[in-house]
Amino acid sequence: MSELPPLAQQALDAFARLPGWEQRARLLLQWAERLEPLDAAERSEANRVHGCESLVWLVAERRDQALHFRAASDARLLRGLLALLLARIEGLDGAGLAALDLADWFAQLGLQRQLSPSRSNGLNAVLERMRELAATR
Amino acid sequence: MPGLSIHARQTFRGTAAMPLNSPWRADFPGILALQAEGQTYLDNAATAQKPEPVLAALDAYYRNGTANVHRAQHLPGDRATRAFEATRLKVTQWLNAASPAEIVFTRGATEAFNLLAYGLEHLFQPGDEIVVSALEHHANLLPWQQLAHRRGLNLVVLPLDAQGDIDLAAAATLIGARTRLLAVSQLSNVLGRWQPLPELLALARARGALSVVDGAQGAVHGRHDLHALGCDFYAFSSHKLYGPEGVGVLYGRSDALARLRHWQFGGEMVRHAEFQDAEFHPAPMGLEAGTPPIAGVIGLGAALDYLDGLDETAVAAHEAALHAELLAGLAARDGVRLLGAPRIALACFAVDGVHNADLAHLLGEQGIAVRVGSHCAMPLYERLGLAGAVRVSLALYNDGEDLRRFFAALDAALELLR
Ligand SMILES: Cc1ncc(COP(=O)(O)O)c(C=O)c1O
Repeated sequence: MSELPPLAQQALDAFARLPGWEQRARLLLQWAERLEPLDAAERSEANRVHGCESLVWLVAERRDQALHFRAASDARLLRGLLALLLARIEGLDGAGLAALDLADWFAQLGLQRQLSPSRSNGLNAVLERMRELAATR
Repeated sequence: MPGLSIHARQTFRGTAAMPLNSPWRADFPGILALQAEGQTYLDNAATAQKPEPVLAALDAYYRNGTANVHRAQHLPGDRATRAFEATRLKVTQWLNAASPAEIVFTRGATEAFNLLAYGLEHLFQPGDEIVVSALEHHANLLPWQQLAHRRGLNLVVLPLDAQGDIDLAAAATLIGARTRLLAVSQLSNVLGRWQPLPELLALARARGALSVVDGAQGAVHGRHDLHALGCDFYAFSSHKLYGPEGVGVLYGRSDALARLRHWQFGGEMVRHAEFQDAEFHPAPMGLEAGTPPIAGVIGLGAALDYLDGLDETAVAAHEAALHAELLAGLAARDGVRLLGAPRIALACFAVDGVHNADLAHLLGEQGIAVRVGSHCAMPLYERLGLAGAVRVSLALYNDGEDLRRFFAALDAALELLR
């Protein structure tokens, strides 16, 4: 596998050695604070990702050729999960996004249960939307 | 919604200090296995664990040789048919129906409501009214909503009072001359209260309207005498009543059943078929097209036998004590808001300033199996102005220790989130 982006490597180092749910939850809440904010206008219906039980918004923009995503949610732990997803996909192009194994990434972090099919937190829907946006922007 | 409120703290009388044990817990291998895995199962309104006799019945049916029902002259076919029909008889007795001919097997409560919405369609004229309540599960709402669309009917929604009961004063004016059918739940899967069925059914009867009762939750908490209740139709799912999934029961009073048109076509339900035309059996066979879920029906029979062998009063007392403990624990915690005023089986709540999804996440991490979301009652939640809630739902095998673990996990989650 190719090298992880620096922020993702940092996440992996931090999460992989946590012993229990409580520490993982605390760290997720800290990561939640790292999301770049979306303003009120960006929290629009058009930017909403459906398939999530909570509200999730996703915006994509080109920054020096590369695609850059920002995301927000009304649920705090989901914000943490979104931050971990964004850290992992930073710098990936469309092909990189298409090839990304999200389940594997969260499994490495010890968060595999957050991606199980019965979860409706919508991380998979977010990745799907990223792929679509990458194909059209 | 005018009325129905989200209650902050209430006071409840403290329950006995003795730990609440369930004498029936050991009969349920599933609850023991989940416990051994560190899982506390409190999502019983979604589906229930099965007692040993149900597992044994399923195993024996397959292990001793399976066969299709109602069609073969051979011994295995005979045996399967007898066992299958024996369940119909048990259901008849369980519900105090007049005869086994009043019991139709479906694939679930949901299918029963769809069967009714198609089978009764011919009785409706444009402008007629179907009356439902604001607390209906999607299963007892959407089939009627879609029938209303197909036929140009008006769907009338009965409002709830502050406690979470269908408002009888409003019902008395809304159930009117154009009402052809009333479809209401016996016990809400969100609000946990017995609905005033005798009064509602009397209102429907006075207008000559058919009545449909959703017993999916009600059937699980007490035995109901349908003859005494006097509804036209009543439906529930086996899987919530400790039986296998894939089986539902539709009771129809014989005169009401006779008004249903056939809705699915195929084997078993047909008496005589030609290429261009066919004649069909009356209910119940005429409403059971194709091979039924034979093992599941036999398993439901075993579940009813098991329940029949329990001390009904003891079960009710245990469930009531658990429920009181659940309410007392929720009331003792700051910022916990109950939905309505649940009386039995379950409680839904939200916590001030805490997102349901966050609570769900952390309860799940701690091995607490509860349901979070809008519980298949989105319009109800919309009226409550809530995105969803956490639901704790109880079964006869739950005990005080399950609740203790739930509350410990809730406290730990809230500690992190606030
Ligand atoms: C009140 C109520 N009605 C109907 C149903 C539908 O039952 P099933 O999904 O088994 O058909 C449920 C199950 O969640 C329910 O709680």
